[in-house]
Amino acid sequence: MNKRIDVHHVTRVEGHGNIVVEVENGKLKTCRFDVVETPRFFEAMLRGRPYSEASHITSRICGICATGHATASLRASEKALGVELSEQSWLLRKLTFHGEILDSHVLHVYMLVAPDFLGVGSVIPLVNSHPEVVLRALRMKKLAGDLCAMVTGRHTHPIAMTVGGFTHFPKMSELEAMRQRLIDSRKDVEATVELFAKLPWPEFERDTEYVSLSKPDEYAFIDGDIVTSDGVRVPPERYKEVTNEFMVPHSTAKFTRNKRESLMVGALARFNNNYNLLHPKAKEAAAVLGMKPKVTNTFLNSAAQVVEIVHSTEDSIRIIEELLNRGVQPEEPAPIKHMPGEGVGVAEVPRGLLIHHYAIGEDGRITAANCIIPTNQNINNLEHDMRAWVPKVMHKPEPEMQLDLEMLVRAYDPCISCSVHVLKIQR
Amino acid sequence: MSANGKPKIAFFDFTSCEGCQLTVVDSLQDHPELLNAVEIVQFREAMSEKGEDYQIAFIEGSCTRQSDEARLKAIREQASIVIALGACAHLAGVNALKALHPLEDVRKYVYGDKWEWYETYDARPIEAVIPVDFAIPGCPIDRNEFIAVVKALLLGKKPPIPDYPVCVECRLKENICMYTKGKVCLGPVTRAGCGAICPTYGSSCEACRGFITNPNQDSMKDVLEEAGLSVEDITAIYTMFTTYQVREKLLQKG
Repeated sequence: MNKRIDVHHVTRVEGHGNIVVEVENGKLKTCRFDVVETPRFFEAMLRGRPYSEASHITSRICGICATGHATASLRASEKALGVELSEQSWLLRKLTFHGEILDSHVLHVYMLVAPDFLGVGSVIPLVNSHPEVVLRALRMKKLAGDLCAMVTGRHTHPIAMTVGGFTHFPKMSELEAMRQRLIDSRKDVEATVELFAKLPWPEFERDTEYVSLSKPDEYAFIDGDIVTSDGVRVPPERYKEVTNEFMVPHSTAKFTRNKRESLMVGALARFNNNYNLLHPKAKEAAAVLGMKPKVTNTFLNSAAQVVEIVHSTEDSIRIIEELLNRGVQPEEPAPIKHMPGEGVGVAEVPRGLLIHHYAIGEDGRITAANCIIPTNQNINNLEHDMRAWVPKVMHKPEPEMQLDLEMLVRAYDPCISCSVHVLKIQR
Repeated sequence: MSANGKPKIAFFDFTSCEGCQLTVVDSLQDHPELLNAVEIVQFREAMSEKGEDYQIAFIEGSCTRQSDEARLKAIREQASIVIALGACAHLAGVNALKALHPLEDVRKYVYGDKWEWYETYDARPIEAVIPVDFAIPGCPIDRNEFIAVVKALLLGKKPPIPDYPVCVECRLKENICMYTKGKVCLGPVTRAGCGAICPTYGSSCEACRGFITNPNQDSMKDVLEEAGLSVEDITAIYTMFTTYQVREKLLQKG
């Protein structure tokens, strides 16, 4: 039995990647996910730029996780320069971050993943066959985008976040209206859980090392220690002990591994490591979806995103209520305490652990930069998953086998534009 | 045209964050009627189908390697109208920051001793490789402007892109001038059309939409003069999106 799958530029993912699988005489011969995105070189370009520009430059790494990159970038500069955020700034940072989690997860589960289960090539035919599903997805996505826009001006690329705080503040009337819209969206969120609970997720188990941030008192999205399901815990500054990057010729993205042959970041890793800190309603949703940690079916990464849609909706409502209770005051950004400095900023962006590491010189210009991107950390695990997955599907005709492989790739929600610019700090 | 008389549209991406295509998806949330007026035959980020028969091509991203030029030329050959979508395609945008360092240094900084594995050259706008009919400026594009451009194209009109500075829109918004706050802002020399969104949210204009045609004649020079700055001063220093244009100008001057 010989099979060859060669998918040039996988569709419905962010960026350019190819699947290459060859089966010869019933044996898996080649199995690769080639990242063919053009190299981006952001770390090299950051050198010489003022730290105040860095979050606006690095948000341009990715249109989907622009807020996540800006957040990690700001945290790196803030740690480097000893900046302490006000309580109000923390609430606003967390709120707009939830907006991005919602926006990205809704886009992924509805527009990129769902068409595979409904037997169509994109969301467009669903407008006629499943109008209620498409309209719900559009409503939810618009709400998420409006939430980000209320805080930072727009989702792609956020304007009002700056080192030490914000340059614009939402009005109480806007917060009140947003709170009501989020409450009204609960029925859409519930319908989302019901829809995805019914999908026939492929059966596939492969345990791996799940890596995420962790905080003692909240489901971590910004800051925290780096932890793994194999018992590792390190502060962000020691990230290299976990990420261990290496390069391969078929990919412009760097690969990572830690204790095992590969590791995985993203919603499933967060779910597995931080389940106890999910909002109670998110735990209920997980039960409806049949999920309890540790979940080792990679395809359920999309289901973990649905659980996080519930969590982020509920936590956004909580944060807005807190802001409404305490009031929002325009305030100057918190001052920097020292220069030069070096800092590591970490955030759990929609696709997983993101690390920005900067050194800032005496003149306020960046002298060295390193960004570690979730998709980079996942591609090695994806290839190991493909090796385990192909033997289960290679009896099928090639078009079906191809779809099975594409679905596995899409489960990771890869963000390939992001993934191609990584390096060690050199000094 | 397709059999139903709708123009066929395709989206392509080169070196970029794909945020402009996402903005297109977001624009369609508020204008689903556009999906009835056109037929999208290729949009890799959103759909699996790939049609090669199209009249209008939207291109996002800069050209950053020689091997991408052939793909651009093939798009130009097929499409009757080619539109640069967003700052990377229009200006080379942030990708051009790479040119501020020697190319070999940039490649070694990111890929170390494997630097030769990955092809790259200085980032350039699409029109440096193929003729472009229109550009929709911005990083990202403005969703209302995108809709306005598509509607104009469908009516056979020239897309309505302003050629006056951002200050005009900023004053209409009654924002406090960034120079009054003691900050440098590129609004006086930058093409309007964004509704002055950055100053409105408390951040200086970074010129993501490129310069107006004659900044020395048409800019808000009074604003600059009060701050003791010239057009040359601010455009030479603040190059987040316009490195390619500033360097081209320097090369012309010799």
